[in-house]
Amino acid sequence: MNPNLRKDQEFLLPASTSFIVFSLFVAVMLNWLPWSGWALALRPDFVALVLLYWCTHKPHRIGIGTAWVVGIFADVADASLFGQHALAYTVLAFGGIVLHRRVQMFDLRQQSLHVFPMLLLSYAAYAAVHWQVRGYVAWEYFLGSAVSALLWTPMTILLQALRRPRRDPNEL
Amino acid sequence: MDDTRTLRFFNRGPSPVARLVFFCLLSLLLLFVDARYQYLESARKVLAVVIYPFQRLTALPGETMGRIAVYFETQSQLLTENARLRQQHDADAAQLAQMSVVLAENTQLRTLQELKQRADYPMQMAEIAYVERDIFKRKLFVDKGSQANVLPGQVVMDDMGVVGQVTRVYPWLSEVTLVTDKDHAVPIQVLRNGLRAVVFGSGDISEMSLRYMPVSADVVEGDVLVTSGIDGTYPPNLPVAKVTKIERDPAYPFARITCTPLAGVDRHRALLIVSGLPTLPEHPATSETSAESERVNKRLKRRKQ
Repeated sequence: MNPNLRKDQEFLLPASTSFIVFSLFVAVMLNWLPWSGWALALRPDFVALVLLYWCTHKPHRIGIGTAWVVGIFADVADASLFGQHALAYTVLAFGGIVLHRRVQMFDLRQQSLHVFPMLLLSYAAYAAVHWQVRGYVAWEYFLGSAVSALLWTPMTILLQALRRPRRDPNEL
Repeated sequence: MDDTRTLRFFNRGPSPVARLVFFCLLSLLLLFVDARYQYLESARKVLAVVIYPFQRLTALPGETMGRIAVYFETQSQLLTENARLRQQHDADAAQLAQMSVVLAENTQLRTLQELKQRADYPMQMAEIAYVERDIFKRKLFVDKGSQANVLPGQVVMDDMGVVGQVTRVYPWLSEVTLVTDKDHAVPIQVLRNGLRAVVFGSGDISEMSLRYMPVSADVVEGDVLVTSGIDGTYPPNLPVAKVTKIERDPAYPFARITCTPLAGVDRHRALLIVSGLPTLPEHPATSETSAESERVNKRLKRRKQ
């Protein structure tokens, strides 16, 4: 049997709503850290990553609506136009939900290759709106999508680890 | 485990495609309304107040690091800095003394010439709460808002020059668009000869450009550009930028002039918000009335014919 499949079917704790909200909250906080200069250009979009994780792993719980609401808050925090992040995250969540079975078939490294185009598309949606309104595109912005895709593996490992039940409760 | 179940689209409300279309249209509608009209500003303010505490929370690590750095500063560093500041103070004081004489003279001359007196602008200190996290924009947030009577349009500067302009005001925060923001225009004068022009931000943090200047324009490298105050937004005589590079190519109608902002646009924590805007005499006519007056003129011309 394919070891990847076994890994996928490992028993995880059911994702409680509070855990989902907490993970999104941490991602939002990471996004709002004062990044500047090159760090800003390379900044991965943690919110997009966590949204994508939940959309691919729990598509019935976290969907396009949640992504949209998170996007609206991101718009207020970033002083971007209302709907700019919301549009980007909507596209991302749609990609995640439609491809969630496919993505879970692969191991983590192959998953990041699947995640990258989705992130790129969402970044492109954001940049396209900016281009329509302001008339130019900062190309280094797209570096962030590549860095985000690279972070997919560690982030998934982390979230899976947090969802894994403790082996023996008496050990503690 | 609901992962293993089939995704039954129609049992679970609208299909993903329907949701995608709905939320995309909603976003686009919001985008359109936000880009064209001002209706959503109040909603934005409400949401901004909700997320304000969290935003401050994210600024904490940086602030704490700054405080720790100050704590570990050595005595010798402080002594050198103190000596440097004292020297600077002496130099400034001497200049200030001369300045007051010149100022008195200027006031007198202006009275004699019956020109309007130059006003002093009240200023208030504000600290940078955090810098914009969007690579497309050159913006930052300062920790004073409408509770401290900050108004949109007010000018923000540091000790060396203009940093930007307040573009949006929240209760405890204001958004400042930097002069280096792409296509942000500041009307200026060349300090050396009073030549008027407009300097534009380039979107790059350390670059601005002086556009639409003829190849023969009297601008040399090292010229300091100060605000002209003609627009009624910027108070006059605040330093903005310094000319760094001039390319005069006769093939082009305009010279390509590059400047760097004088203010430490990305360096300081404390900024000054200039709260008094210059009061200018009213505009002779708004665009609508000018259209009307044009019509009247045409009628008059016709009558003359």
